[in-house]
Amino acid sequence: MSKVGKISEEEIKVWLEEVKDPEIPVLSLNDLGVITGIDIADNGKVTVNMTPTFTGCPAMDVMKSDVEDVLRKKEIQDFEVRLTFETQWNSNMISEKGRAALKKFGLAPPPQHNLIVDIDLLEHAICPQCNSENTVMKSPFGPALCRSLHYCNNCHQAFEQFKPL
Amino acid sequence: MNTEALKDLLYKMADDQLILGHRNSEWTGFGPLLEEDIAFSSMAQDKVGQSWQIYKLLNELGESDPDTVAFMRNAEQFHNCQLVELPNGEYDFSLIRHFLFDTAEMIRFNHLATSSYAPLALLAKKIKGEIKYHTMHANIWVKQLGSATEESIIRLQTSLDSAMPYALGIFESSKFEKELISEGIFRGEETVKSEWLTQVKSILEHTKLTMPNIETITPVFGGRYGKHTAHLQPLLDEMSEVFKEDPTADW
Repeated sequence: MSKVGKISEEEIKVWLEEVKDPEIPVLSLNDLGVITGIDIADNGKVTVNMTPTFTGCPAMDVMKSDVEDVLRKKEIQDFEVRLTFETQWNSNMISEKGRAALKKFGLAPPPQHNLIVDIDLLEHAICPQCNSENTVMKSPFGPALCRSLHYCNNCHQAFEQFKPL
Repeated sequence: MNTEALKDLLYKMADDQLILGHRNSEWTGFGPLLEEDIAFSSMAQDKVGQSWQIYKLLNELGESDPDTVAFMRNAEQFHNCQLVELPNGEYDFSLIRHFLFDTAEMIRFNHLATSSYAPLALLAKKIKGEIKYHTMHANIWVKQLGSATEESIIRLQTSLDSAMPYALGIFESSKFEKELISEGIFRGEETVKSEWLTQVKSILEHTKLTMPNIETITPVFGGRYGKHTAHLQPLLDEMSEVFKEDPTADW
């Protein structure tokens, strides 16, 4: 872990804990897995690499400017927040803490997968309200690019899943 | 790296995404059922976002910024295939077009994920994961409506027959097929087309629809070289109306 003055990469990561997904305000960017690298150069310049969940996600620019706000607030003079596809996001990168937060928020967390997303994986969502597996997918598209629509045959509630990608 | 060949490839793909994205967005508020309204709107958002990223790659190669490129060109400067600019028609036509186009997209981006041009390979790897949801959606509905009622089957068959000449136009050769293939940038339109035919047939086999005999169809070419139907310019005028009010506005 490199250190410049009093700042470490670990510390910056802790600061970023306060930046949440604007569409799912219980989920921090760390837990979402979109912060893919923090680097402190010898001259003190801080670079934060981020990657989008979905290419067309309109929340990405908001997240980027929220990260910039945090760095500014912490009086970092020289910084850059980059959006890159070098390290690509997939839904397995959501942390355990993040998955629990999603469930509490009422969204089924994406099932862990071996990077092969098929219809079977998508159709077998677990209801976040009653934990039943007796559910059906109503549509692979929901109110945001990252969500699909489902219905629980057990508790008779509609619910959304954070899509596996 | 043959930059001209690369730009030609990027322009036609970005233009396809943008124009079909706009057509998809025209379903917002008009879908035959709520889930379909949301599905076409989501696919619109995906496609416009993907086009923006491809225009950004062009920007890095020296072209104008994405907004200028998207909103300030006229129809004859667009390189999209004519399939994507056709009006939505009724739901059956939009569904068939979505099926035919996105099946080709999936194959195209699968190949591009191993492109020798690294920025494109990275983006293609990302996009193919998203397109998967589009083909999944198209396949579900084509299978379901393609073997449901007499009316649904006739409607889809009629749309399939009328869309097919335009769909074959997706694979119009560029001036640079040889260069793209030899430099490992892209496997070429013929490769995509032959995989596409296999894929389309394999889905139609699950339905009561008949694959048109493509040997007897004349593909509608020209889109890749700026030749378009009368439908494109009005679409561009509507899409760019707000932007053109004040191109310097900061959003």
